[in-house]
Amino acid sequence: MAVHVSWAATGLSAPQRIMALEEITLMLEPRPRFGLGAVLGKRPHRGDRIYRGVLTAAAISVLIIIVGLLLELVFGSRQSISTFGLRFFSDSKWDPNGQHFGALPFILGTLYSSFWALVIALPISLLTAIFLAEIAPTSRTMRWVERPVSFMVELLAAIPSVVYGLWGVLVLQPWLVKYVEGPIAKGPLSALPIFGDTANGYDMLAASLILAIMILPYITAVSRDLLRAIPRTVREGSYALGATRWETIKGVVLPYARAGIIGAVMLGFGRALGETMAVTMVIGNAPIFKTSLFSSGYTLASVIANELAEASGLYRSALIEIGLCLFLITLIVNGGAKLLIFYTAKDLNATGGKV
Amino acid sequence: MTIAESSFRSTGRSRFRRSLSAFMAGLSIAAAIIACVALLSVLVYIVINGIGSISLSTFTEGPVPQGQPGGGLRNGIVGTLILMSIGSVIGLPIGILGGVYQLETNTTFSRTLRFFTDVLNSIPSIVMGLFAYLIVVLPVAAFSPGHAFSAFAGGVALGFLMIPTVMRTTEEILRLVPTTLRDASLALGASRWRTTWSVVLPAARGGIVTGVLLALARIAGETAPLLFTAFGNLDFNVRLDHPIDALPLNIFNYATSPYENLHHLALAGAIILLAIILILSLAARYALRGQTME
Amino acid sequence: MISKLLSRVAIVAASVFILTGHSLGLRAQTLTGSGSTFINPAMTKWVDEYKKATGISVNYQSVGSGAGINNLIDGTTDFGGSDAPMNADEKGRAKGPVIHLPAVIGAVCIAYNVEGVQSGLALTGEDISDIFQGKIKYWDDPRLTKNNGGLRLPHEAIFTVHRSDGSGTTAIVTDYLSKVSPEWKSKVGAGKTVTWPEGGLGGKGNSGVAEVLKQHVNSIGYVELAYAVENKITYSRIASSSGGFIYPSVGSANQAAKASNIPEDMCTMITNASTGYPITGMTWLIVYKTSHQPAELKKFLKWVLTKGQHYTQDLYYASIPENMVTREMKLIDAIQ
Repeated sequence: MAVHVSWAATGLSAPQRIMALEEITLMLEPRPRFGLGAVLGKRPHRGDRIYRGVLTAAAISVLIIIVGLLLELVFGSRQSISTFGLRFFSDSKWDPNGQHFGALPFILGTLYSSFWALVIALPISLLTAIFLAEIAPTSRTMRWVERPVSFMVELLAAIPSVVYGLWGVLVLQPWLVKYVEGPIAKGPLSALPIFGDTANGYDMLAASLILAIMILPYITAVSRDLLRAIPRTVREGSYALGATRWETIKGVVLPYARAGIIGAVMLGFGRALGETMAVTMVIGNAPIFKTSLFSSGYTLASVIANELAEASGLYRSALIEIGLCLFLITLIVNGGAKLLIFYTAKDLNATGGKV
Repeated sequence: MTIAESSFRSTGRSRFRRSLSAFMAGLSIAAAIIACVALLSVLVYIVINGIGSISLSTFTEGPVPQGQPGGGLRNGIVGTLILMSIGSVIGLPIGILGGVYQLETNTTFSRTLRFFTDVLNSIPSIVMGLFAYLIVVLPVAAFSPGHAFSAFAGGVALGFLMIPTVMRTTEEILRLVPTTLRDASLALGASRWRTTWSVVLPAARGGIVTGVLLALARIAGETAPLLFTAFGNLDFNVRLDHPIDALPLNIFNYATSPYENLHHLALAGAIILLAIILILSLAARYALRGQTME
Repeated sequence: MISKLLSRVAIVAASVFILTGHSLGLRAQTLTGSGSTFINPAMTKWVDEYKKATGISVNYQSVGSGAGINNLIDGTTDFGGSDAPMNADEKGRAKGPVIHLPAVIGAVCIAYNVEGVQSGLALTGEDISDIFQGKIKYWDDPRLTKNNGGLRLPHEAIFTVHRSDGSGTTAIVTDYLSKVSPEWKSKVGAGKTVTWPEGGLGGKGNSGVAEVLKQHVNSIGYVELAYAVENKITYSRIASSSGGFIYPSVGSANQAAKASNIPEDMCTMITNASTGYPITGMTWLIVYKTSHQPAELKKFLKWVLTKGQHYTQDLYYASIPENMVTREMKLIDAIQ
């Protein structure tokens, strides 16, 4: 599968998007290696020994940082691990006074808010990507729209979390309370389990919406680039067989880019999981988990941000374990994304996915 | 393709297929509009209100006592620039050299390293802040009480966050340098480091600058890693061993406060931060343009 | 151990920075403090005025009393600000003996945002306890209207706002509620962080709670008086143990402080005093008896207790009474 994303095209995009693209292309494309690896070890030139030393030192420091981080997190959380063991992950009581710590509300809160963010962002961003890659370029009236929309999507991926948080506090929350949560809470829909509780804007809904807006440009941009990279011939073949545009998109284009898109979505999900500031500012910071979107909650990242400064002893240890937990969850999601891409790509190749 | 579609005969089945196609096209247009409205509402609100909140004093004044009107973001702006510099000093050498290492070697270790770079890239920034707190702030507190929160500690966290972006872009861009160039240099008897230094790096200069600028754009707005490292400062500070203010910290603290003037300062700060990021991104694009023309 | 190695590297790098900072002749910032948001309006004013008067800069970050105490214990700051004294556990973890110096006395008001209702809603301690426990669910609950004869309250759900961070302000309120409501005492208790019965909403700092109260109707929470007044948030009168409902004010806080017995180590909560506003508290500046820069610390603390006190009344705090200042000065002199 020859998804190649040109470097120049990513000029103004957010770094995260570039990283994602690279991660995807790296997985999809076995790239030619310069046969220099072996050379480094052989026939050292004068000065090359230092050169090699410096390069290796840089490489090893990356390793040291990661290993150090992991060790530091494990070391810091050993008190909590030995006190609570596995119960830490299934216990929903977070009581600093009673020195009793369970991370379940934060784990569920993190997954739940990110899940809803994905539910909201995925259809919109996929359809937007389809619009940008498939519909706008072929339409005479809408061709001009593509560039500004693309530009804006890319620009928005670069906006820092805290700025989204600022907007969330000053604009989104009052708006939600007035036009969404208030009316729903007063109406018959409030009987639904996802719409119970006080409609005050500091809740899962606000957090999920902000997360959705934050990952929307990310998923859109990556998917659009993947769709664009698909050779014209693929589409033309489909049209030649009499398929409509939608049938071509659904039956040919999307399956072709499936691996990359799943990867983009999972990487977006991973980003939502670790997001701190914007979520902390709107989620209400209550260490309980309820399924209602109108309930305040808490996430792994925001409990660290809020409570680390005042924690000591077992309390601090529990927060470090939460950091460890967050680290592992994002690792699993990102790793899973790559495995998925890897195997789907392999499948595609095996079943003649190359056109 | 309109030609392809118009060739259908108007049977019921094909009419259905065509209207489904049109419907889905409409749906995707609607999605694009929703996305644009959502995203524009963020940008337009911040830009309009932010620009209205900026004045000269935003750049020349520090914070005022709580509850008093006025105040500026001087400390935060300077602090952010200082933090970005420290981050660069820590992150760039490791990132660029690590990228060159990746280019030069293809061993089990270098593949492991690639995996570790991915891991480093997926670490949430709050965890990096936690790490800097554990390895810098707490040990320094035991060693020199009262000087533990520092610009240095914040810079460490930011520097570590820069590494994967810089490393990846460096490697990617170096790979674009034709192998023949390197081979020619090596064939002429140049040493490996000489080849990298005099041939490969100059040829890839623009791309590396792009990577650096994008990494800077990434860390400019980072807030979470600074909460318990840089800490914030009421006073103007350029000393690296003292707590330092940062724009994102200002935005966070001011946005969650009830004071009107602080809300305005937060919006002004957001605009300044966006301007910094926009300039870095545009410069990154410009650097890359020079690259492709060479 | 890699993490030890990293720490060593960090320490070496930090000392290099300290040395270069000194050699470049950059003036050191003498003091760093953190903690109470209750005292922040006064503290930021002091920092400003102290700099004008002496040229010395002090950094104070209002991160909450819990974090302030913790930072002092870790040695990451020179002084902590807290509206609750250190407890035995915290004193045990501290690196040495500490002294508590009351710097301001202030009122915590029960503030609310209900359309059409002005300041002065009369509340008893039991009412507040039941509201925060979720037993009084609506604003037009008969128990609320009873004490406010004739006042029309809307039939809207009450939503409660509390502090999400470890807070001395929370300690003051919960200490008061534990004194007036046995049920609160047994079910919730007092402290800088408590497990809030009905969940409610967490705001970070007095600032965060005030922001929520300001933004959202039908909310109720607790903030230091300056935060309510400066942000035009309405607040209630509280039933006093001597009868009648009392407004929070500089005067009524002062009365409460005067009616309280302040022990030798200055550590006592002055809530539910025999007269004055019942939810009154102090903010202590907490320092180690042995400081690594005693001269600067003493100078600042003494300035706070003398000249600094002139600014507090305008910021809705009661000044520290004369006799307390004299006693505190002796404690400050003992810092080495």
